[in-house]
Amino acid sequence: MKVLVPVKRVIDYNVKARVKADQSGVDLANVKMSMNPFDEISVEEAVRLKEKGVASEIVAVSVGPTQAQETLRTALAMGADRAILVNAESADLEPLAVAKVLKAVVAEESPEVVIIGKQAIDGDNNAVGQMLAALLDWPQATFASAVEIGGGKAKVSREVDGGLQTLEVDLPAVITVDLRLNEPRYASLPNIMKAKKKPLDVKELASLGVDAAPRLKVVKVTEPAKRAGGIKVESAADLVLKLKNEAGVL
Amino acid sequence: MAVLVIADHDNASLKDSTHKTVTAALAVSGEVDVLVAGQEAKAAADAAAKISGVRKVLLAESAELGQGLAEAFEALVVPLMGSYEALLTPATAQGKNLSPRIAAKLDVSQISDIVQVVDANTFVRPIYAGNALETVQSSEAKKVVTVRPTAFKAAGEGGSAAVETAAAPAAPAKTRFVSQELVKSARPELTGAKIVVSGGRALGSAEEFQRVIEPLADKLGAAVGASRAAVDAGYAPNDYQVGQTGKVVAPELYVAVGISGAIQHLAGMKDSKVIVAINKDPDAPIFQVADYGLVADYKSAVPELMSALG
Repeated sequence: MKVLVPVKRVIDYNVKARVKADQSGVDLANVKMSMNPFDEISVEEAVRLKEKGVASEIVAVSVGPTQAQETLRTALAMGADRAILVNAESADLEPLAVAKVLKAVVAEESPEVVIIGKQAIDGDNNAVGQMLAALLDWPQATFASAVEIGGGKAKVSREVDGGLQTLEVDLPAVITVDLRLNEPRYASLPNIMKAKKKPLDVKELASLGVDAAPRLKVVKVTEPAKRAGGIKVESAADLVLKLKNEAGVL
Repeated sequence: MAVLVIADHDNASLKDSTHKTVTAALAVSGEVDVLVAGQEAKAAADAAAKISGVRKVLLAESAELGQGLAEAFEALVVPLMGSYEALLTPATAQGKNLSPRIAAKLDVSQISDIVQVVDANTFVRPIYAGNALETVQSSEAKKVVTVRPTAFKAAGEGGSAAVETAAAPAAPAKTRFVSQELVKSARPELTGAKIVVSGGRALGSAEEFQRVIEPLADKLGAAVGASRAAVDAGYAPNDYQVGQTGKVVAPELYVAVGISGAIQHLAGMKDSKVIVAINKDPDAPIFQVADYGLVADYKSAVPELMSALG
């Protein structure tokens, strides 16, 4: 079984994003970039499926700038077999465009399952996996916290509003992963070295014949209102008095 | 132009996030219909008909809609969108599950998790864990939007809209519901609670979380939340998680106990009216957003707080 794992290069989760002075976006110059944390979880899940003998090949794919090759190398070092970069240097792609690009990659690669992070921590859209499933007319199992694959089906436990739900979907399907699915491994040094020799194909976005033009116009990007500085209280009793008399919330 | 709102409900009753999404919808258009899709959901539809400003309620029922299958919602909603220019859905786990699928089928972008309606085509949404606000404008013929409920006031009651039945399409064959385990609680719902008490990694165990956080929450009539670290460690169930990728809350009072205040946690609670932080580390980032900080070990501070509350 072939697994396709899309990965995104994003601002490192420990870095606080800063808005550019001209309100045109977020300043990413000289900022540490990493693999989107949810995509690490999807790569890990694919590697575990291969270790269990369920998956035979793992293909990592990224849609983004040349530097996203580093992110793909990380996926290869974790255990993906090969990688594809869809070079979209100039485009700040919306989730719908990314889903269309991935649909074109699915058409070429014919995976039986796509395992993808539920959201990227930059745009926070939580949309690409669901959109890809829709465009392919595949079933979707979002926000997975447990996945079992066998007999042409996937049984997926999902994190829903009031607890957990379990669905069974026929393959091929799209699974989006949540935080509790697994704990991603760190790539070992020998595996990082080996990853440098694994195949990484670069395709130009234009070669896929996909309409990736933005549909939305970003008017501005601003900083949220800052909270006024608070105070330290001396004791729990003091805290209760202040909450009653000053804040009026008790 | 007419707007369709997908209701958040449990068949028997309507969730507050529906009323809040109606408020956002009314800022887009005066013609707002609400779709209640579920199973034996007449009671929820009747409740939706009472929301002030709602023009009409559509009730669609099937087992698969009751199970919340995104494929069933796609089959129902995509044809309905022939009569609407915008679709607004609360950005709950369920809304996030189904709305992008519908957007892609309509070949439009989704505008996710909006916190403000500037005009019928322009919306503000948080990005980068709420560290930036993006104002986006759509010129698409149809708009598919998810709404962050805590950012809008709930629409009032007093309406008397008609409830019409919409036929539920055939069930999707490739997806089957297996089971559901919902956490039962007598406490208020996390995203709509006036007070939230959250515990973090400092609690150290599920037993300690229950021993310390839950009685304090019950004393305050509060909902219980948790940091991602506490949920990942198994101290609290997943649906307690407050943060960028969990639930976003904005209560009158948020009490963070033993939570350091990682960026992704702050993204889920920093719009609370009053924030209290109890942490023994005076340099914990949570104190930068707290209105009232108590530098103390929760082991002594929480019992003292309980007795001071009387």
